[in-house]
Amino acid sequence: MITKPNQAIIHTVGLLTGMLFCAGCMLASIRFGFLTVSWNDVWASIAKYDSAINEQIVVRTTRLPRAFIAAAVGASLAVAGAIMQAVTRNPLASPSVMGINAGATLAVVSAITVFSVTHMGTIVWIAFGGAAVAAAFVYLLGSLGRDGLTPLKIILAGSAMTALFVSFTQGLLVRNENGLQDVLFWLTGSIAGREQSMLMAVIPYMSIAWLGALLLSKQLNILAMGEEAAKGLGQRTTAVTLLSGFLVVMLAGGSVAVAGPIGFIGIVIPHIVRGITGLDYRLLIPYSALLGAILLLLADVAARFIIMPEEMPVGIMMAVIGAPFFIYIARKELRSL
Amino acid sequence: MRQEQLQRMGIPVTVPRHRRTLWATGFFLMLLIALSAANLLLGEQRIAPLAVWQALMGQGNSEHVLIVRTFRAPRLVIGLLVGASLAVSGAILQSVIRNPLAAPDVIGITGGASVAAVAFITFIPSAVSLAFLPLFAIFGAFGAALLIYALAWKKGVHTARLVLIGIGIASLLSGVTTFMLVFSPSYTAASSYTWLTGSIYGSTWQHVGVLLPWTVVIAAGIATMMRRMSVQLLGDELAAGLGSSVECDRFLLLMLSVALAGSAVAIGGVIGFVGFIAPHAARRLVGPVVNRLIPLSALIGGCMVALADLLARTLFMPLDIPVGVFTSAIGAPFFIYLLYRTRNNRM
Repeated sequence: MITKPNQAIIHTVGLLTGMLFCAGCMLASIRFGFLTVSWNDVWASIAKYDSAINEQIVVRTTRLPRAFIAAAVGASLAVAGAIMQAVTRNPLASPSVMGINAGATLAVVSAITVFSVTHMGTIVWIAFGGAAVAAAFVYLLGSLGRDGLTPLKIILAGSAMTALFVSFTQGLLVRNENGLQDVLFWLTGSIAGREQSMLMAVIPYMSIAWLGALLLSKQLNILAMGEEAAKGLGQRTTAVTLLSGFLVVMLAGGSVAVAGPIGFIGIVIPHIVRGITGLDYRLLIPYSALLGAILLLLADVAARFIIMPEEMPVGIMMAVIGAPFFIYIARKELRSL
Repeated sequence: MRQEQLQRMGIPVTVPRHRRTLWATGFFLMLLIALSAANLLLGEQRIAPLAVWQALMGQGNSEHVLIVRTFRAPRLVIGLLVGASLAVSGAILQSVIRNPLAAPDVIGITGGASVAAVAFITFIPSAVSLAFLPLFAIFGAFGAALLIYALAWKKGVHTARLVLIGIGIASLLSGVTTFMLVFSPSYTAASSYTWLTGSIYGSTWQHVGVLLPWTVVIAAGIATMMRRMSVQLLGDELAAGLGSSVECDRFLLLMLSVALAGSAVAIGGVIGFVGFIAPHAARRLVGPVVNRLIPLSALIGGCMVALADLLARTLFMPLDIPVGVFTSAIGAPFFIYLLYRTRNNRM
């Protein structure tokens, strides 16, 4: 909790530094890649755009939207993970582990392949629907029984639902092999080649959810102490849990609609941030958003260089970074098991 | 101690043939035969029972002979072998780690086999014989299993930790598999992808020839371990007291289970949930006594894949949906039901 004034100053400085660093990462994401763009061209493409110059076209049409998408998706997934960990009191809860990404993915793939939906605004809502169904299902399943939500139960429920959704998604894709290679890239989680319009379709919902998460953070602090304690303190826990659910669905569903299922950010980032800020969600949420954005920006820049001239889907990068982290937390934090 | 008590604890006692086992085994044997017959009869072209029989014998309509002997029969045999292998692998795993939720696909063992098999399909020129594919997959499965076991080790292996770490490894491995798929040429990608979902489409006698030796050898190994496995069920202390080298036996059994899963994945792909449901259903019917459990699990596993493949081939004709989609559709709800049933157990 922020009590001493100098701590408030420290965190203001910390958040500002984070913002600066995030902006730096965005600039790096705009400049570097298969084609390195000079500072002059970056500036010119924003200030006095000349569509005759190749570098400026690249910046305007691909790099700029891509940097913003990476930042928005990274922040959203990290915040979604932080919220879920507060509600379930489980350090391993996150959109990917609990099947929410897979649910949204199945919804989007079936909308595209079976019902031939192409309008981005519709796809976003379909992704929300898939995410909501998955979240509700896994939460209810995980909280069955006398012990309520135990870490193992909720993760098993999540992985069973993930297996179900993934296999249905694969079934749908096997039916039309032609588009497989395109969809496959999206399925692994990628922010390459996304257009600005895609970001525009989700950014309103994401912004609302970020704001909502900040406003809810005080309640999350109370809920994270345990449902009984929160009730004792006069909190309407059902309302808070439901609201958190809505926020998670908007954040994770929106991210999947733009970038496909990218895993592990929701586990890695809140865990690191807890080391910096402690358990206060009023700090944890803004820090998570910043660091999530930074992580995905850096991973995305790295993804362009690892196997040049090809690009690595950033979802795979995150799986390679994130899975060891998951194992580390499973070994370390779940002592009670 | 009275016999029933011993039995309840899973100790094999010489009792007059367990009635329920007889019924259950008989029922699933009949079901297996019926499903096999249906698999041979039904499809894009329906063939009359008598004609199928003639075709199997190599007589009658030459078109029927082609369909039955070259297409349907090997596919059926592969389905049964793969189903039984996955089921027995799951049964051993659940008994040895004493966790009802362990299954080769949940804890990442089939993930290891997939990585190895996709690498084999993608990077190794097709000149190298198919016969090496199971070997590769088995090594992949071993690798994954050892990694999971080592990572879960912390003054002994706690099953909850094992399951959680298995889930983590499984998602890492699926990332690696997808990576290979994305960067392989599109014709191998499509075939690898279909295979990954669990498909026995296009099985030939060559596949049977590749898989069968492995299945037979491993099954023989399991048969010799049967008695030691039932001692394992008593718990570490009692088993050690009875003169069993617990850790060593457990390791051997796990290795057999992993090898069985690996060989099945090599040919059939990841047919989800079979290794989880079949042993469960079997245990519910006949209890934990291994020499009843294992054969019945194998039968149920075979039935599951035969049924799922029948549906996969005929439901959306002319499309051939991967079997894995159907086994998951049956399996996930069952998993959920089980989670619901055990909701008050401490986990």
